[in-house]
Amino acid sequence: MIVPILKIGKNLIISIQIPLTDQQARQFQREVLEEVARTEAFGIIIDITAMDVVDSYMARILSETAIDVQLMGARAVIVGIRPEVAVTLVQMGRGLGDVATALNLEQGLAKLEKMDARKGAGHGS
Amino acid sequence: MEARKMAILREEDVILARQLVRKMAADMTFNLVDQTRLATAVSELTRNAVEYARSGDIRMEPVKNRLRREGLKIVVSDNGPGIADIEQAMTMGFTTSNGLGAGLPGTRQLVDEFDIRSTSGSGTTVTIVMWKR
Repeated sequence: MIVPILKIGKNLIISIQIPLTDQQARQFQREVLEEVARTEAFGIIIDITAMDVVDSYMARILSETAIDVQLMGARAVIVGIRPEVAVTLVQMGRGLGDVATALNLEQGLAKLEKMDARKGAGHGS
Repeated sequence: MEARKMAILREEDVILARQLVRKMAADMTFNLVDQTRLATAVSELTRNAVEYARSGDIRMEPVKNRLRREGLKIVVSDNGPGIADIEQAMTMGFTTSNGLGAGLPGTRQLVDEFDIRSTSGSGTTVTIVMWKR
């Protein structure tokens, strides 16, 4: 797997530790969805604390992955967006769409518990 | 500080180029947000070079304006097919490839100066500058 996926209880924790090329990002997306199906996960957390650049392509992959997971019936939260990354994404006219986010892993797990499947940040809790 | 130049031939070079520009910006004591803006802009521009042209290069050069203000000038060139309609390419949401719609217009929002020149059939050159705050 391009990014290690840890199963903790009923959730998957996916921490992106290295910069991904576009091809690797697509592989990451595919592997996450396969792992959600295989493990019948309740929800996933994608931790991007280590990512110092999130450009438009990576932002699209991240939001698509979260939306795909929700469509499958699980929950998804993206955590650890650095302040400078958030500023840059917004300035580019691009956030992460209607995807649930949290400051860190702990708050992300708490958010997962409160979320309804197939609902993003704009509708849930 | 010396100008740096590198070839952009593969997807991996997009990552190397943005790491190089961040290092240069950090050495020039740009703040963290501006380092991130520059690295992100370079990621977008070099991706375009790989995606549309298959090859190109990037040149990074410290510059000073008339008021002695320091800046970092970055030129990304490719020998690809060029952009037939630049105005259209600069429109939010427009893309001819796999969903890179925010690439060029998003990049323009990140930097202080943005110039794009393209001739259909003979490539594209994008020049950006960010001045130190």
